[in-house]
Formats: sequence, C-alpha cells, structure tokens
Amino acid sequence: MSDFLTANAAVLVPLIKVAVLLFILLTAVAYITWLERKVVAHIQSRWGPERVGPHGLLQPLADGAKFLLKEDPTPAGVDKFVYYFAPFFALALALTSITVIPFGPHPIRIGDFETPLSITEIDISLLFLFAITSLGVYGVALAGWASNSKYPLLGGLRSAAQMVSYELAMTLSVVGVLLVAGTFNLREIIAAQQGHYWGLVPKWFLFAAPLPQLVGFLCFFTAAVAETNRVPFDLPEAETELVAGFHTEYSSFKFAMFFMAEYVSMITVSCLATILFFGGWLSPLPPATYPIAKYLPTLVLAGFGLFVFVDGIRYRTVAGKIVLPVLGAALIAAGAICYLPGVVDWVQGPFWLLGKVFLFIFFYMWMRGTLPRFRYDQLMSFGWKFLFPLALANVVLTSLAMVWPEILRVVAR
Amino acid sequence: MSAEHVLFFLFAGIAVLGAVSLILQRHPIHSALSLIVVMISLAGLYLLLGAEFIAAVQVIVYGGAIMVLFVFVIMLLNAGVEERTNLSRMARYAGVPLSVVFTAALAWRLWGTSAAAPRPLPADTTRALSMMLFREYVLPFELTSILILIAILGAVVLAKKET
Repeated sequence: MSDFLTANAAVLVPLIKVAVLLFILLTAVAYITWLERKVVAHIQSRWGPERVGPHGLLQPLADGAKFLLKEDPTPAGVDKFVYYFAPFFALALALTSITVIPFGPHPIRIGDFETPLSITEIDISLLFLFAITSLGVYGVALAGWASNSKYPLLGGLRSAAQMVSYELAMTLSVVGVLLVAGTFNLREIIAAQQGHYWGLVPKWFLFAAPLPQLVGFLCFFTAAVAETNRVPFDLPEAETELVAGFHTEYSSFKFAMFFMAEYVSMITVSCLATILFFGGWLSPLPPATYPIAKYLPTLVLAGFGLFVFVDGIRYRTVAGKIVLPVLGAALIAAGAICYLPGVVDWVQGPFWLLGKVFLFIFFYMWMRGTLPRFRYDQLMSFGWKFLFPLALANVVLTSLAMVWPEILRVVAR
Repeated sequence: MSAEHVLFFLFAGIAVLGAVSLILQRHPIHSALSLIVVMISLAGLYLLLGAEFIAAVQVIVYGGAIMVLFVFVIMLLNAGVEERTNLSRMARYAGVPLSVVFTAALAWRLWGTSAAAPRPLPADTTRALSMMLFREYVLPFELTSILILIAILGAVVLAKKET
C-alpha cells in the first residue's frame, strides 16, 4: 500500500487534496448560507433559522436534503443541452478558480513527505484566476437563454452586460498591485508585502509605498461584488423585477448548483482581495508581539468554544443541551491543538488568511442586509463613467509614483 | 507516447471537433458555444508550448470578452434556428474543390516532416514577453493600440443617434 502511494504520489496527492478542499469548501458554503441568514435576520430584527437543530444549525443539511429529493421538472421548450450544461459549468468554474489560492506559507508535513497548502502552484496564478472568472458569465447568461422564458432571458442579458463591464474595472484595479509586486504569482505577491513600517504598520499593498492601493482596493472590491452578482449588484436575479432572474426555471439540485457557485466565488474573491491588498497570511500585528500573539488562534478558538459550551448548557431543548456543548468542546480541543509547539507556527498563516476572508464574507452579508439594489442605468453609468476611469487613474498614478525618484533625479541633473 | 503527446492530440482533437461542430450546428448559440470550445482548446495548446501568458490572454480576450459579446448579441436578437439550404452554386463549383486542394496541399507539405521540438523558452515567459513588447516592439505595439482606438471611435460614431 505504501509502495503504491509513493509510486503514484504525483497523481494521488492532488486527488486527496482536491477531495479534502472540496469537503471543507462545500461545508463552508453550507454554513455561510446559515450564517448569512442569521446575520441578515438579526440586521432586520428577526431570529433567522431556529427550528432545525439548536440555533438552526442543521438547516443547511435540511436544505441540502430538500434540494436532492425535490422533483426536478424540465420546463417545456428549453434548449435541453444548454439548460443542463449551464449550472454544471457555473459550479465547475467556481470550484476551479479556488485551486490556485495558497492558504498558508508552510507546507503540510507528514513524515518525510510534504506538500504545499494549495492544490496547484502556477507562476501566473492571478492571470489564471482572471481567465476562469472571465468565463463565469456563461453559466448565468446561458442559463437565462436556455430557459426559454422572458424573465430568465432578461436576467441573462443583464448579467452578460454587467459582468463584461465590471470585469474591466476589476482587472485594471489589480494592475497597481502588479506594478509594485512585479509578479503574477500569488505567493510572491504576498511575500512582497512582508514587513512593517516603524515596526507597527504592516506593509500591505493597501498602505504600502510608493502609492497606497486604497483606491485600487475599493475599485476591486466593488467590481468583485458585481462579478459575483451580489447585493447591491444582484440585478441578474432581482426578485422584485424578474421573479428570480436567470434561475427562475431551475429547481432542485440544478438551482443548488448556481447557489453553491455564487458562494464559492464569494469565497474566492474574498481570498483574492485578502491576498492582493491585505497581505494574505501575514499577521497585521507588529513582529515584536509575536511571542504572545502566536497564541491568538488558540485564544480565539478556545474562547469561542467556551462561549458555545456555556450557551449550550443553558439551551432550551435537550438536543441543544447535548449538541452545543460537544461542539464547544471540539472547538476548545482545536484551540488546544493550535497550542502544541509543532502546530503553533504552522497555524498562523491559515488563521490570518481565513480570518481576513471571514471578515470579507461578513461584509458581503452586511451589504445584503443594508443596501438597496442599483437601477440598471445607474449600474452601467457607475461602472463605465466612475469605476473604470478611477481604476485607470490608479494605474497611471501608481506608475508615476514608482518612477518618481528617477524623474526627480533626471530633473535635478 | 508521452503525456505531452496525449494532451496535444486531446486539445487538437477537441479544437477540430469544435470547429466542425461550429459549422454543422443549426442554432447560432450552439455555434457560438462550439467556437468557445475551439478558443479554449487553443489556449490548452499554447500552454503545452509553454506560452502561459498567451494561453491566459487567449481565454480572457477570446473566451471571456469577444465570445460573450457574440452570445449577448445572439440572445438580444433572439436569433432562431437557421434554415438549411442546399449548397449554393458558388460553394459547389468553387468552394468544395478549393477546400480539397487546400487540405491536400497542407497534408503534402506536412507529411513526413518530423515535428521539431519547441525551442526551450525562458523560465519567466511573461516577463520576457513584456520586455520584448515594450522595448523592441514598442512602436508596432502602440500603433496597433491606436488602430484599435480608431475602430472604437468609429463604432461610437456609427452607434450614436443623429440629433
């Protein structure tokens, strides 16, 4: 068995990593939908999911079972091939794009064997990501067209126009970072953000010389929200105008695939924003605090576990009195593992990366709970007349800032 | 056969099949989808040659931008299934023989030539490419961009309503 493993490591290791990442990712997606419903509910002074399991924690499972078991009718007059192809394509692209995201600096080490914390490492990972996201529009547009129905067609048309328009701004807004970092490799982009000014302010591209990429980040994130079809740019599925937009005619698991694709792309975009502008897995804390700050993952996990444990003991149902304390104990145990000397350094990278990604995901939910939707003409003029010129100006100013010392030298001579 | 050969024939086969399907499909959207398949398999071939940047740009520009516009226009016009006509006289007497001659000429030229191994590329092809584009070939590059700008202006002028 061990011989077989070592002989075929080149094929088996990526397969295992894909399986593990897929499991983690889809579980995360399921619980992000739960969290989103909770967050939006609390923003609107409601309780959110509460009935299935303690605090509605089993709601994603119930939803999944419903998606799987529901009748799956095919509407009359649809273009069969494209109708079935579109959701597969959307989900496949969303899952492909996350393969190049590196999740931590240190490889996983089991005995002599080690493998980096990403499915694949390619030199042009950022370009690869943009190539994949540029194809993402087909899933939505073709779904709208193939449904052979008015509202989905309108949703599909909207999404095609919207995603092409905002893709330009998104790609341009990253050029500033690329100019400073000088590479398409996500790992090297993070490495270029290492260090602190005066031992205090991290040298993330958001703040870093020669020109802080604050404008670039705002352009990127706005365009990314539009690319993922989320509030306030969710015009392709605007439920007040288009019933449910492009996925009106989709039910059961085909609908679930669009849903999962949307949430997976939210995660990818958040990872990308973190890596490009917020230093990826680099800690924001000054290096002097590291001997204490390295126990932060333990503190966060164990603290949250303790909270869940205590809350569970006081929970009103018997099932909750059992499930929640067990969950809390598991979180405390995970925190304890992060305290072990071999693990504590390894866990820093994933902890900070995922922590920042979580903040972005929360921001997405926050926007969904508070912002109204754009009107279509507002969307277009905002994208073309404001966002695009702003991203362009950012590129010009960043390049000027980069050659400024040389210009000064030439002028002085 | 090495893995590269397998991948080459895979991508080349998909590209040819996509191109044939592009002509044979009766619905414009299906033809457009076939063209996207061709574009993406071409990107795969570029990757096999070690041209990562060209492959990514091929997907971004052709797959993600130009073909989206094709699909968008087809959707907007709600174009239906095409009527199939018999071969026109032009195609029958000029097109078919010419395509046979062209294929034969191509096959005759390529037959027996051993495939030359692609020259080893520099490790950082993207950097090398940008150095060439913006140092040695900066004038043709900028001229091309001005040409595209003129085309865009022309499109705007044509699309603008006369008031």
